Amino acid sequence: MPNSKLTVPELAAVDVHGMTRSSFVLRGALAAGAVYGMGVVGPFVQRSFAQEGTAAPDADILNFALTLEILEATFYDEALKRVGGLSGDARALTEQLAEDEAAHVDALTAMIKDLGGQPTKAPKLDFGDAFEDEGSYFELAQDFEDTGVSAYNGAATAIQSKDVLEAAGTIVQVEGRHAALIRAQRGEEIAPTAFDDMLRQNEVLDKVAPFIKS
Amino acid sequence: MEEIKSKAPRAAEGSALRELADDPSSRKRFLKMVGGTGAAGAFGLFLAACGSDEETTTSGGGSTGTSPTGGAASKGDLEILNYALTLEFLESEFYRQAIDSGEIKDQAIADVAKTFGEHEQEHVDALTATIEQLGGTPTEAPETDFSKALKSADTILSTAAMVENVGAAAYLGAAPEIKSPEVLAAALSIHSVEGRHAAALNQVAGNSFQGGDPVVGSIPDGPFAEPMDMESVLKAVQPFLAKS
Repeated sequence: MPNSKLTVPELAAVDVHGMTRSSFVLRGALAAGAVYGMGVVGPFVQRSFAQEGTAAPDADILNFALTLEILEATFYDEALKRVGGLSGDARALTEQLAEDEAAHVDALTAMIKDLGGQPTKAPKLDFGDAFEDEGSYFELAQDFEDTGVSAYNGAATAIQSKDVLEAAGTIVQVEGRHAALIRAQRGEEIAPTAFDDMLRQNEVLDKVAPFIKS
Repeated sequence: MEEIKSKAPRAAEGSALRELADDPSSRKRFLKMVGGTGAAGAFGLFLAACGSDEETTTSGGGSTGTSPTGGAASKGDLEILNYALTLEFLESEFYRQAIDSGEIKDQAIADVAKTFGEHEQEHVDALTATIEQLGGTPTEAPETDFSKALKSADTILSTAAMVENVGAAAYLGAAPEIKSPEVLAAALSIHSVEGRHAAALNQVAGNSFQGGDPVVGSIPDGPFAEPMDMESVLKAVQPFLAKS
């Protein structure tokens, strides 16, 4: 598959070999089960069997990440327009966050296509009163970034391809950095504990569901 | 967006993950992640899955990257864990000496140094326990020389930022090589914390959001973090290792 559509040069190196995946799928799913309990693995296993011979299972994980990145990118774009009096460091940080999340969206979209998957469409989002002031905006931003970190960390062990794992790693570290900078901005602990949490897919969905309208 | 619309059913309250999330001690949580009750059974399942893989046709012809015997894989993981342990020793010792130096006058910065130092010590303890649990021998703390780095609050901050950035880049570089999902999960839970530390210190040290180098800028390489291989990492920390 040509890489010409890749918008991010770093990810041009991502190449998934066309080897038979069915064995990888089951192994990866069971490996994930070892960490999260078998409950979370069920959907992965079912999906992988259903899609055997078509899209790679990594595309499903990347699509899940893509939804989160779209949510974050949209959130910061709206914040730039709607949060009154956003200036100085707070605005500079928000511009940087918006730019980074947009780059994540582009990169994940390209990777999913590269894997033969279909990138998920942007959902309709509603962030409620979050943009009322800088305080409420950064409070929700911190939640989103912390959730993003835990979502990537939680999904990573189910990733089949080493290249996709590394690509996800380059993103999750930046999500952690975002979380730290927002926390610094708010005067919160940079890292609440020495080990970041891992969330499974349905826990992440529970956290973001209130903002997704369709 | 079907998945998002139909809210996934809630996890069973007694699930292992729920326990992890509710556990107040992060170290205990970490150890559960890499082992603890039930892990042996799960690991057995993992190995069984690997074994069954061998009956399946692979068209790629190359290595699958995972040893079905588990022995060789564990050795690689142990090497990575000991590599990480060395870096955590270095970080932990640096914060200890930085605080003892008396150069940090700003209380807020002293607090950050103390908290980050505690995190690094927790990483040391957790990695040591993990290595022992996997039947390996934890490496000893290296002899360090931070004399140049401890000259002033400024040099302390820039060194701390540099060391944390290198630490984050080292985990990122090593993670794809890890074979055991438990060890991978554990390493990732540390990796993003190192990233958090690095970003905050970069900012305190006066680095802007972006820089052209993995160790400069709160978000060093724009939206994507840069991994470092073992050789570059060791070269970067060489100045802090005592000449023997």
